[in-house]
Amino acid sequence: MPDTTPMLEIENVSKIYPGRRGMFGSSAAVHALTDVSLAVKRGESFGLVGESGSGKTTMTRSILQLETPSAGVIRFMGKDMAQLSAVEMRRLRAKIQIVFQDPYASLNPRMSVHDIVTEPMLIHVETLGLNARQRTDRAAELLSLVGLGPQYLRRYPHEFSGGQRQRICIARALASGPELLLLDEPTSALDVSVQAQVLNLLFELQDKLGLTYFFISHDLAVVRYLCDRVALIYHGKIVEQGSSDEIFDNPKGDYARMLIGAMPEVRVYAE
Amino acid sequence: MTDTLSTDALTPPKYDKLRRAFFRFRQSKLSLLGGVLVALVLFFTAFGTVLAPYPEHIAGGVDTANRFIAPTWAHPFGTNELGQDVLSLVMAGTTVSVLAGFGVVMIGSIIGTIVGAVAGFAGGWVDEVLMRLTDLTLTIPGLILAMAIAAALGPGFGNMVIAISLSWWPGYARLVRGEVLAAREEVYVTAARAIGATPQRILFRHILPNTVSPIIVKMSLDMGFAILTVAGLGFIGIGVRPPTPEWGTLLSISRSYMPDYWWTAMAPGMAMFVAVFGFNLLGDGLRDVLDPKARR
Repeated sequence: MPDTTPMLEIENVSKIYPGRRGMFGSSAAVHALTDVSLAVKRGESFGLVGESGSGKTTMTRSILQLETPSAGVIRFMGKDMAQLSAVEMRRLRAKIQIVFQDPYASLNPRMSVHDIVTEPMLIHVETLGLNARQRTDRAAELLSLVGLGPQYLRRYPHEFSGGQRQRICIARALASGPELLLLDEPTSALDVSVQAQVLNLLFELQDKLGLTYFFISHDLAVVRYLCDRVALIYHGKIVEQGSSDEIFDNPKGDYARMLIGAMPEVRVYAE
Repeated sequence: MTDTLSTDALTPPKYDKLRRAFFRFRQSKLSLLGGVLVALVLFFTAFGTVLAPYPEHIAGGVDTANRFIAPTWAHPFGTNELGQDVLSLVMAGTTVSVLAGFGVVMIGSIIGTIVGAVAGFAGGWVDEVLMRLTDLTLTIPGLILAMAIAAALGPGFGNMVIAISLSWWPGYARLVRGEVLAAREEVYVTAARAIGATPQRILFRHILPNTVSPIIVKMSLDMGFAILTVAGLGFIGIGVRPPTPEWGTLLSISRSYMPDYWWTAMAPGMAMFVAVFGFNLLGDGLRDVLDPKARR
């Protein structure tokens, strides 16, 4: 019987950054997210589309519990993450991993690829129970899985191209055996040719490992290619939500129409 | 997958990196000169006492028959008011001066790094308290604080090093705090937090390793100033006590015989100049290699 509990449920989440009143003027409070609700089903790819400053990053940070939402509940596999103890939360972190936008900034320049990829296994050693030898083997395996050879284990990040680094980031994200992968614009910092390779890799990995993707992007073509369902976010509010085909072929709101109208490739597909 | 094509034909990464760093260092003649001067100074630090032509003078032996001999082949830097060979004294003095300078920089950078790292990483009131303490230490003139501490603890090599170190760490605390604050916001730190890394792991594995370059550069630049401060304390008479030779003390004594017996002051002065100059040039060179952002 398939498990019908959504993998990730976000219910009425708001995040307000309080304004400041200082000696040299004040700033108003920022409503980064307003009453956002969405659910991501197990095994699907959910796309979140929005322009810069629309609250996408705040969303990922809230899901990762790096920020506490001002209101609302975030449930992962039915559990309210805010209610978890520190130990439970740490254990749960192995199940939610993230790939960041900028592959140049998201790898520690002082750590070798081996150390980068084995670190999650080291942190979650109680859960995964791998010794040093097994960790190295698994790191080599992961590198092969993302299309890099195990011969790169002793290299340092600066020796790799953007696409290769993003592969290392994906390997690191997979190291702790996650079920949900947050992809925060994983291809927008890459060359167009490399973008396609990384997207194909993500596609393959989802097939092989049965991952659930929460894909954040402002690139509609990419979202359409990869995602089953899509939500549009604008100024911290979800303005439209539905299956990919529905949204792209038959956008209802003005914002969705405007966005999709601005995408020449999508229009060609649609005709 | 064109972007995964092997680049294994290149030299092994570690050596490659070192070679590139050395190449960049070699680009600047001044850095090389600094490196040579520092090597020379370190050589005398290690072997100065052993190689000195008149070891008995270092131990405090006097030869009053040969007072104030102008530089000759037997005494290239002449002799002083006690008939001691100035070259021997200066060679032996290298050990004391450089080791004291090194001790000051080491202790200062360790205290400063701990304070700065904790302040920058913890933030909040911890940061506030530690940095105000740092500011407080900065308001007290270093030499005066060192004099007070040396006066309280009594003269001697160890006390002098401790005294100067206690006024030396604020610079490092501020530097490290700034670097930690910047590194804390790096995406790879967020990634480590998302994985569930403990704060200790984040600080020691992800943040501090990325702040060492500017610390090393500052240490090298500071070596010169620390040697000068040590000499300054010796000059005003609260450093190392005679007969242990030390550049500042030597200079302080020979002051009374200027300008007639200029060589007694010139040798320790030149030694100090060479050491400080060398460490500064080396520090500049290291900065170019390790911290390219700060290059002029």
